[in-house]
Amino acid sequence: MAGHSTYVPKTRFAKWLDSRLPILRLANDTMTTFPTPRNLNVWYSFGGILTFMLGIQIVTGIVLAMHYVPSADKAFDSVENIMRDVNYGWLLRYLHSNGASFFFLAVYLHIFRGLYYGSYKAPREILWIIGVLIYVLMIATAFLGYTLPWGQMSFWAATVITNLFSSIDQVLPGAGTHITQWLWGGFAVGDPTLNRFFSLHYLLPFVIAGLVVLHIWALHVPGNNNPLGIDVKGPQDTVPFHPYYTVKDAFYLCLFVILYAIVVFYLPNSLVEPDNYVPANPLVTPPEIVPEWYLLPFYAMLRSIPQKLFGVIVLFGALAVLVFVPWLDTSRVRSMRFRPLAKQFFWALVVDCLLLGYLGAHRPDAVFPGTGIPMLPFARLGTAYYYAYFLLILPLLGIFETPKPLPATIATSVTGHGVEQVNAPAE
Amino acid sequence: MSVATTTADEPTRRDFIHIAAASAGGVGLAALAWPIIDQMNPSASVLALSSVEFDLSPVQAGQQVTVMWRGKPVFVRRRTPKEIAEARAVPLASLPDQLARNANLPDSAQATDQDRTIKPEWLILVGICTHLGCIPLDHQGDFGGYLCPCHGSQYDTAGRIRRGPAPENLYVPPYSFLSPTRIKIG
Repeated sequence: MAGHSTYVPKTRFAKWLDSRLPILRLANDTMTTFPTPRNLNVWYSFGGILTFMLGIQIVTGIVLAMHYVPSADKAFDSVENIMRDVNYGWLLRYLHSNGASFFFLAVYLHIFRGLYYGSYKAPREILWIIGVLIYVLMIATAFLGYTLPWGQMSFWAATVITNLFSSIDQVLPGAGTHITQWLWGGFAVGDPTLNRFFSLHYLLPFVIAGLVVLHIWALHVPGNNNPLGIDVKGPQDTVPFHPYYTVKDAFYLCLFVILYAIVVFYLPNSLVEPDNYVPANPLVTPPEIVPEWYLLPFYAMLRSIPQKLFGVIVLFGALAVLVFVPWLDTSRVRSMRFRPLAKQFFWALVVDCLLLGYLGAHRPDAVFPGTGIPMLPFARLGTAYYYAYFLLILPLLGIFETPKPLPATIATSVTGHGVEQVNAPAE
Repeated sequence: MSVATTTADEPTRRDFIHIAAASAGGVGLAALAWPIIDQMNPSASVLALSSVEFDLSPVQAGQQVTVMWRGKPVFVRRRTPKEIAEARAVPLASLPDQLARNANLPDSAQATDQDRTIKPEWLILVGICTHLGCIPLDHQGDFGGYLCPCHGSQYDTAGRIRRGPAPENLYVPPYSFLSPTRIKIG
């Protein structure tokens, strides 16, 4: 699909521009006539939704930065000033803080979509890896942003996460301590830490935006995967991106934004720890430090391991393993619609991540309410399954699983008829 | 190749220029990178806040007070004879971390109760869990010393790790007795 261009400049200005900077040709080829598989379902709408959320976060973030003061003495008060005194400050901050949650909600649906339909497989490995990099940068950006209000959770999240690097002391004595002091700019989390976190929190979204451009570029070379996971065989399998998918994406974006608006306007603090409305106090650790909901599964993994360095390795390894998924999955069939066994393991992974999320919100020595059953063994089992899915199940299933027969083309599968009975779309 | 007279594997003047230019550029980049990295280390004003003094006389046996030193909490705990006896009864071999972690002693000092204090009655510790930096709660946990609320590490009455994910004993900061009732930390 790369290299096609059906663009014909119509006006004299368009012709003049096309021979100097073919930007209208690029827009036409990527957003209008781009041949897109005709069977994309709702789960393919989240790419557009994510681009929208990145825009929301950047715009609200830039205006919040006009009022926020990155200083240990003033940060908490400046956020309260935004909430109470700045015109519409409450709206901008709630859009931004809940926007992060909805950004992650969309990215998780997007990632699981890719895992289910095998969108990481050849020829889309680079596309997938860029996506993993975007996800890791999103985590970093969200963590940095979470520290900025300088409440109790902000301060202690910064302390716990930067201390992950002190585990290096167990292999190279002293090196971990030096790295954490370098990250802090002092001997504990403090004013210099807050300032650099603000600087980086402002920078990273633009790095993400750059990677999004690469992500879309890498998408447009092989073209979209689709729920059948089979290659596009010809024009009968595709429709132009506009109006078919612009309208479809816009419809699902509206539904998503309705949900976002309900939370922003009616439940704006439902996803926030109340402790973060207590100003940071370096002398008192809150009874329980938990990250935002979207990082809880990783926190559960960290807390399920009794050894410090190994716990940190398991935490970061859970992200790193995603990079290798295109080569760990040995099956030649992309979509799990045709993989009866893999499908069951996939849904077990979804349940596993939800369970780890639940466990991550509780202390490691907690018990399931009303039963007395300790949570820790389940957190360990959940961590083991997460790794087993990628390192054992995906490689072995490709060898032992018998996939169902694949349809000949997208068009025959979608219409139930032969190619000749399909109406040629919009030509 | 425009220089047709040289054989393929013989270095040319142009090869030398490429290597020299790349090397000079690389050294220049590294020299520029260091200030950008080092600016993040603790600044001179942060390093200057290096010692505090504290009057011990109001602290009763069984009590603990917290002093700030370099932005960190330091626990000053006056132990009871029972707590000292408990800490001394623990065999060294049963400790997860057998080093004293005492800045006033050589790094190789062992984690006996004697090597964790200067005067047995006064336990002086950096009040930061060696796991991920939370502030442990005093007089709590199964060993009567400290319990970290974050990830459940438990320390005994000499601040030594006994159970949980923390890898090391609570650090003993550099300190000295200026008089029998006054210490200087740092």
